[in-house]
Amino acid sequence: MAEALLDAPSPIATSRHADRNRIRALLAQPKVVFAGGFILFLIMLAVFAPLIAPRDPLEQDLLAGTLPPMGFTGAEPGFLLGTDDLGRDVLSRLIFGTRIALIVAFVASALAALLGTLLGLFAGYFRGATDAAVSRLVEIWMAFPPVLLSILVVAIMGAGVGSVIAAIAIIDWTRFARVVRTETMAQAQADYVVAARVLGFGRLAILFREVLPNVAPVLLALLTLEMGIAVIVEAILSFVGLSVSSDTPTWGGMIAQGRQIIHQAWWVFAAPLAALFATVLAFNQVGDGLRRALDPVMQR
Amino acid sequence: MAIVTLFGVAVVVFLLLRVAPGDPVAMMIAPGASAHDIAELRARYGLDQPFLVQFGIWLDGILHGNFGTSISLRRNVLELLTERLPATLELAIVACAIAVLLGGATAIAGTLIRRTRGEAMIDAVNGLMLAVPDFVWALAFVLVLGVLWPVLPLSGRSDPSVDAALSTHFYLFESLITGRFGIARDTAAHMVMPALALALPLAAVIIRILKEALSEAMVQDYVLVARVKGMTELRLVAGEALRNAVGPTLALTGVQFTFLIGGTVIVERIFAYPGIGSMAIDAVINRDLPLIQGLVLVFGALFVLINLAIDAGVAALNPRLRHG
Repeated sequence: MAEALLDAPSPIATSRHADRNRIRALLAQPKVVFAGGFILFLIMLAVFAPLIAPRDPLEQDLLAGTLPPMGFTGAEPGFLLGTDDLGRDVLSRLIFGTRIALIVAFVASALAALLGTLLGLFAGYFRGATDAAVSRLVEIWMAFPPVLLSILVVAIMGAGVGSVIAAIAIIDWTRFARVVRTETMAQAQADYVVAARVLGFGRLAILFREVLPNVAPVLLALLTLEMGIAVIVEAILSFVGLSVSSDTPTWGGMIAQGRQIIHQAWWVFAAPLAALFATVLAFNQVGDGLRRALDPVMQR
Repeated sequence: MAIVTLFGVAVVVFLLLRVAPGDPVAMMIAPGASAHDIAELRARYGLDQPFLVQFGIWLDGILHGNFGTSISLRRNVLELLTERLPATLELAIVACAIAVLLGGATAIAGTLIRRTRGEAMIDAVNGLMLAVPDFVWALAFVLVLGVLWPVLPLSGRSDPSVDAALSTHFYLFESLITGRFGIARDTAAHMVMPALALALPLAAVIIRILKEALSEAMVQDYVLVARVKGMTELRLVAGEALRNAVGPTLALTGVQFTFLIGGTVIVERIFAYPGIGSMAIDAVINRDLPLIQGLVLVFGALFVLINLAIDAGVAALNPRLRHG
């Protein structure tokens, strides 16, 4: 949501020693440190899931079905967050669910950023027909409800992580294209670009070696925000039943399953929802912190 | 311009559906049907024609008000759309109203108590609100207000007994206008959770941008003059400053209103709310080409209309643009 706030071009100010100040400004925000720490924690969970998870996330035990989380009557030791209707350990499924969530978050947003940045750079720098074509495409794209378009893409490509990643990249490149285009237009007017042109640099060299590094700060903030969005989209597609196969635990899949048995075992629904909430919040706080740290006007 | 966008939307969705593997006819026919039956069905829905011919037939139909026949529901697409669209429109209008009222009131309150702990609290809560998408709000409401503390109906649009009693598909608006408040209350109760889920992300953006615009306006000369004249703080903020802050806020939040329309797709699904959003998901899963095309076109038209309305609103609120 916050990317609406990024639509305005940021004032131009970049130099090497400013970078160190930016990192300092970033780390001076406690919520950024906290949120960043949480994301690192999630990465650890995803990488070492088999070592950390108390049980096999797929192991069914029908005699231990719908056990409530610890602290509620009827809870059994060893099942910290309870079990689902098939007796699978909710905590272990939650931990393994970080894998799909983070893979999608990192890969899909990187692809969306790549596609959107290229188109945004070209549109903003070359203007004219290129800009008209890209802007028209962005407008057409935005006329689709994003959820509907992602479901459409996954339905066409067939369910699976690859399709989910492709769907997010195909849909969310517009977020990057819009912002990078505006930013590039502002940067292209700057003295350093004029100087590079006078020195006889080629257009692509100017675009990628001069303009791109100066667009990068905004891009980085946007990329982090997009990671949060990607986690949500994956959960939505899992919820609709279009993400990975049901053998692989995902938060969205757990939420969909929990919705079916919400009156018997609300924790199967609540636990992945809380994880989803915390993860999106964390990416958003880091993205917002980056935006603040990288924007010279906001450092006042 | 708007027509070009809509045409582009139509082309994109047509292309997407054509590259899709899987035969929609295969999904609707009984196993063991003869090749002849299948061919006949394909011909009936025009699926045996080349791509451009199919597109031409469909476009020609649209221009004559014929959206084709839904494959999975076997009903006229236009009929289905006119049945379902009012539900989505009501939901979106109610959600917009909540977002504008809640966002506006909070931004004004925040400006009134600026530089206090209260304002810091508004900013902190709003920072959280900006991060949470409609999908997560909707699920959280299901858990909290539907299950743990069950005060609101979890799904549907109204009690099953209601449908026959109304003559339009605008349940809420019709029952309010005709004074049948029992039905209005029931419909509104079903709408609270989905509408709030759609409204809160928009409200969050409105709060952030309007509050900033208000605090900028508060240091302008005309506000200082009004203050010297003895105007109360509330009138300064909600009168003088607001008048000048609304235009820029609308210009910056405009795109969020279209996100709200897009959000209806998943939010309607979560609450089994019978609008065009939940219908669209089923249409995609069932590979119902005519219905998908009709729905996407309706969403595209809504997007274009909202953008036109926002542009008109921004122009009307900005005296400098009025003659431009």
